[in-house]
Amino acid sequence: MEKYINSYVIVTVFLILGILFPIFVLWLGKQLRPHKPTDAKKTTYESGNEPVGVSQIRFNVRYYLYALMFVIFDVETVFLYPWAVAYKQMGLFALTEMIIFAGLLCIGLVYAWRKKVFKWNSI
Amino acid sequence: MQHFWNDPLGWGNAGIFIAGAVAVLAVVIFFVTYAIYFERKFIGWMQFRKGPNRVGPLGLLQTVADVAKLLLKEDTIPSKADKGLFVLAPVLAFVPSFVVLAFIPYSMNLQFADLNVGFLYYIALSGITTIAIVVGGWASNNKYSLLGGMRSAAQMISYEVPLVMSIVGVVMMTGSLNLRDIVIAQEGYFWDWNFLPQILGFGIFVISAISELNRTPFDLPEAESELVAGYHVEYSGFRFAFFMLTEYIYLYAIACLTTLLFLGGWNPPFPQLDFIPGVLWFFLKFAFIVFTIFWIRATFPRLRVDQLMSLAWKVLLPLAILNIFLTALGIELM
Repeated sequence: MEKYINSYVIVTVFLILGILFPIFVLWLGKQLRPHKPTDAKKTTYESGNEPVGVSQIRFNVRYYLYALMFVIFDVETVFLYPWAVAYKQMGLFALTEMIIFAGLLCIGLVYAWRKKVFKWNSI
Repeated sequence: MQHFWNDPLGWGNAGIFIAGAVAVLAVVIFFVTYAIYFERKFIGWMQFRKGPNRVGPLGLLQTVADVAKLLLKEDTIPSKADKGLFVLAPVLAFVPSFVVLAFIPYSMNLQFADLNVGFLYYIALSGITTIAIVVGGWASNNKYSLLGGMRSAAQMISYEVPLVMSIVGVVMMTGSLNLRDIVIAQEGYFWDWNFLPQILGFGIFVISAISELNRTPFDLPEAESELVAGYHVEYSGFRFAFFMLTEYIYLYAIACLTTLLFLGGWNPPFPQLDFIPGVLWFFLKFAFIVFTIFWIRATFPRLRVDQLMSLAWKVLLPLAILNIFLTALGIELM
């Protein structure tokens, strides 16, 4: 139990140090670096031209489909890991169950493939 | 660190943990400094150039000079940018990359946190960096950054799936997610290491890991010939340095994980070589992986974005699922 708590205390120490380090270094940088902003410096970079329009626009729905596929298969791995840890004790019955489970997801993968979700045609 | 694990928590122990964390930070910054130097040197030699050789003896202080330059450089925030998110993104990218390092065991007696969730801890934290990259790309309000950020998100989530699945075979053979147990299970000769029985998983892991690191040949998020610099076009000074630092810390973490999961961790290739300390074996394997990643960068051209996506979903993912069931069958038959 002590080991368990201590391990997460160490993780917390790393987390706090990880937050403090950038704050400290960026503060240090602020003391050292020059600060003379002009309007030209503060424009966004667009290969030297005047920026046209805004950039925060709606973008291709394809990214959303990838995100959906990612959620499906990431949840599958969440189920796979406990199965993998206990596999040696459970044997053939667990294997059959996992083949059915993964098989259903593979049908989904084939469906997405046939629907050309993975086809990337622009940008 | 081992004997502190079972002591009840007190101020003395907490002080030691803090000192350990500071030491890891120092080691990692040293690693990043010289990884960048050796990357430039190696690639220089592979292209018949000399690489950095002016600052300090043999150019050894080149990266130090670069960091000093970044620290003293003016930091501009574009007037159109979303200021809060723009400032937050580099920090949000860096913090999880550093917290990942808490659980890596370097040898039998040198490990900070011993987490039973093991590899899942890495996956959970490295996902946050993807968010930071999208936030940085979006907040810059620059067309190149937005494209770089979105591509990066699509690429990183696509390759995360085969990366996670390629480890399942290793977990099945060990029956544990704990990195320490995985290394102990690989004791013996070098053909007992996981990379031979799990050769398919090893291949998938290395390819997906290079893609997760956004390195060549999968460096589309910052493809300089088409996207200027990708998601960090608008970042300058030390905010940019934090994105670079994050990238190299993940290189460190992935090289450590490859060593631990597939190359036997601190085990020597022959048990007769046991008298050489484990940390040294760990470091040799680690250095070999880092060198291989640099070598790949010098050798391969960049993939096209459609090839990149079809490689993840049409090749690596089915192979990773196949690997799981081949491993299951192998365990049944043995």
